[in-house]
Amino acid sequence: MSETVLDAAFFVRWMTAAAAVIDREADRLTELDSPIGDADHGRNMQRGFAAVVKMLETEPPATPGAVLTAAGRQLISSVGGASGPLYGTLLRRAGKVLGEAPQVSVEELRSGLAAGVDAVGQLGGSAPGDKTMLDALVPGVTALSTSFAAAAEAAEQGALATVPLQARKGRASYLGERSIGHQDPGAASSALLFATLAEVAR
Amino acid sequence: MSAETTGGAAGGEGVPVGVVLVSHSGPVAESVAAMAAGLAGGGNTAPVAAAGGTPDGGLGTSAELIIKAARTVDRGAGVAILVDLGSAVLTVKSLVAEGDELPAGARLVDAPFVEGAVAAVVTASSGADLDAVAAAAGEAYGYRKE
Repeated sequence: MSETVLDAAFFVRWMTAAAAVIDREADRLTELDSPIGDADHGRNMQRGFAAVVKMLETEPPATPGAVLTAAGRQLISSVGGASGPLYGTLLRRAGKVLGEAPQVSVEELRSGLAAGVDAVGQLGGSAPGDKTMLDALVPGVTALSTSFAAAAEAAEQGALATVPLQARKGRASYLGERSIGHQDPGAASSALLFATLAEVAR
Repeated sequence: MSAETTGGAAGGEGVPVGVVLVSHSGPVAESVAAMAAGLAGGGNTAPVAAAGGTPDGGLGTSAELIIKAARTVDRGAGVAILVDLGSAVLTVKSLVAEGDELPAGARLVDAPFVEGAVAAVVTASSGADLDAVAAAAGEAYGYRKE
């Protein structure tokens, strides 16, 4: 596992697979966003990742870092909801950390994503336990030091663990205790990103 | 609201700070822009542009509209960007962090949306610099209504 090297094509496959999974799961994401959000998460993510795929098809970047940076920029421009700048920041910051290397190791990817996750927390002023995407991203990135499969599992468990939490950030926080009992849509889509990462790495 | 700009952020005498109003709703952004310009006394007011909703007219935030609005009002003395909530805040923050799509000297201003917009446009129209415009808009938080 530690010798695995990831090239730009791997990152293009990851983003493309993520777009397909988000497309498939869009209704579920929107459904999760209905009781505690404004019921647009699935549609927003679909629009954002469709723009990412289009960009990758027309002008595929040459390095792993460039793929993530360009994908992040597309998400910021095209999602239309808070998940745009949040996911955009995650990928863009990770891309910047990966720099211009033609290939990166799994450990380099992990440390890039860790920097991205920190940037997301800073942008949203949130921390794990606030019932946000961080509740899936943080355990996912941590478990990436074990394996892609472990990261996918940890992110999924993190997303499920948002159900009993009370939202402290975003629109859901206006609901106070009524936000308890629902899974956070952003944590759910974050888990999907780790699931597709494990899928393309298999 | 003419489209000519001076580019750059060199600042300079007699050049007003631009103001951009970002709301989840197009009509809200447009109306607040019209109200702020109206209360600033009509006539020779600072350039104001609205960036509300999504390009297709829906509710949300559009980086594209924000960038376009900021470029439209940039006269070289900086651009004060006021936002309503949620994705509007996060989108502008991430655009500022990106650093190459907004005009140099564009800044997110922490202020209440409506009251801050009026304060910003009035102050910018008086020829004040970006720091003064941002401070005036932020001071609108301190005005108690009860």
